[in-house]
Amino acid sequence: MANKNKKTVENFKSESSPPTGIQVVLREFKKDKLAMFSFLGIIALMVAVFVIASWIIDKEAVMKINLIERFTEPGVSGYILGADEAGRDMFGQLIIGAKNSLLIAIAITILANVVGITLGIIMGYYGGFIDNFFMRIIDFFITLPTLMIIIVVVTIVPKYGITELIFIIAAFQWMSTARLVRSKALSEARRDYISASKTMGTSDFAIMFKGLLPNLSSLLIVEVTLNFAGNVGIETGLSFLGFGLPPSTPSLGTLISYAMNPIILSSKWWIWLPASILILVLMLGINYVGQALRRSADAKQRLG
Amino acid sequence: MWKTVIRRILIMIPQLFILSLLIFILAKQMPGDPFTGLITPETDPNRIEELRIKAGFYDPWYVQYYNWITNAAQGDFGQSYTHEKPVASIIGDRAEKTFALALFSVILVYLIAIPLGVIAGRYHDTFVDKTIVLYSFISFAIPAFVLYLIFVFVFGYRLMWFPTSGTVDVSLDPGTWEYYWNKFYHLLLPGISYAILGTTGIIQYLRTEIIDAKTMDYVKTARSKGIPMKKVYSRHIFRNSLLPIAAFLGFTITGLLGGSIFIESVFAYPGMGKLFIDSILSRDYSVITALVMLYGFLALLGSLLSDIILSIVDPRIRID
Repeated sequence: MANKNKKTVENFKSESSPPTGIQVVLREFKKDKLAMFSFLGIIALMVAVFVIASWIIDKEAVMKINLIERFTEPGVSGYILGADEAGRDMFGQLIIGAKNSLLIAIAITILANVVGITLGIIMGYYGGFIDNFFMRIIDFFITLPTLMIIIVVVTIVPKYGITELIFIIAAFQWMSTARLVRSKALSEARRDYISASKTMGTSDFAIMFKGLLPNLSSLLIVEVTLNFAGNVGIETGLSFLGFGLPPSTPSLGTLISYAMNPIILSSKWWIWLPASILILVLMLGINYVGQALRRSADAKQRLG
Repeated sequence: MWKTVIRRILIMIPQLFILSLLIFILAKQMPGDPFTGLITPETDPNRIEELRIKAGFYDPWYVQYYNWITNAAQGDFGQSYTHEKPVASIIGDRAEKTFALALFSVILVYLIAIPLGVIAGRYHDTFVDKTIVLYSFISFAIPAFVLYLIFVFVFGYRLMWFPTSGTVDVSLDPGTWEYYWNKFYHLLLPGISYAILGTTGIIQYLRTEIIDAKTMDYVKTARSKGIPMKKVYSRHIFRNSLLPIAAFLGFTITGLLGGSIFIESVFAYPGMGKLFIDSILSRDYSVITALVMLYGFLALLGSLLSDIILSIVDPRIRID
């Protein structure tokens, strides 16, 4: 009898405690089947791209120029998606391009968000002069015509490669994250638990990154997801204009940029359309997951 | 009111100064100089040297900066080396086309976004609302250049409804009615695709604003006084929700100008964005600096415009 009572009390407790963190997200995704589907689909797509690009496709063979086979139509002589102007296999280029674009976007996202989040928390926690100083800088840079300045910087950098591209784009992407994190950290840092930590003599560093940071996590997941989608867009956009990756390293953007040639755009659809559709699917999927995460981070909008 | 506006304008001055300095330093770092393109086996190296000295290439940087900025303030951005014309006249010609496209798109953005936003908010959670939300989600997520290419492919090449490049057919005489119609016809496809991307923010804002307004006290009061719901929407809610939309104007314009690089590249539309890409490729750095400066200035102006409109519309913004 006593045992049974204890059990009901436990049950009662677990039911009344509010669901936290990952539980809320799971519930939201269970409720929104499309978000669940997008999430699993994006993960599956990314894994497939990385596996095929790293182990199955021979990069040398794909990039070999073979003029006899130029503009082969899809399905003819073993080319699943046809061949381009130089007779290179489009399917292989598509997969390698997708891998490059995704890797670059992931690197930019990590770099920009680490800087943005760290700075944002520091600004929000200390406030005062540090906050004012960085806010002035951020406010100024955020109004700049970023795309133009990135293009100018890209043409200036002497030894230009993938690493340089990542750093250049990341240098202009941390500001909006920093501004958002700062505004949340500013109100969070005035809460009682932070003051309590201070009274107990916890170091500022520990308060900021062990106390404050976890309490911003729901906001940060949303921000990182949406930033990732944005960064895929920026890299492919730059490559599309011809200022991203060099033509020898395919990216989804360079594949689409072949469509700038009116003949290819109008009659050689297999060269640019698959890459466009892949980008579209990626962007819609990642953004949809991001929106579902945003809903679960805000109690007012939750479906589940 | 005026205090806020003047303070806001005063903040712009140091921003413009830093912007100009930044752009000048960037331009100076560019590899090669405008004259490298002129070198052929026949040119005399001394002649190139002479040109460099004449253009002030060996002056200290602050002297060059001072010369550049004082001239720029008077609208003189120097000479374009590839076009062999003053930069101001080249840009002026292109700017007209870019502004025409942007203006046309801004009008379309408001024409599309306001009805959609109002309908979505009013018929919240119905099929119509869900369709509009889906549309605004897709227009938010799709990369600009992919949308433009698909539009050119479908409406330009496949259906052949619209011309795919340029601003006007060369065969027509300027000044005739057909000439202007043709010009407008060339503007349609880029204008529409440009506008679709700009609608997202306004639709979402209006929608949430109207949904929130439904439960507000002033709406309840109006209803309890016997005003039909239709009138409450058109007179009370609409007016209240629409005012902040005006403040989007500045950001919409700067957003459209910033996006001009993509749209003009895809549609081969000879505006400032295309000029920028062409100048980067030919290292025409006097044109590049002038363009970045102009875009930066317009972006600052856009946020100024939005802030001023917002401070007129919403008195709480005016901080003294």
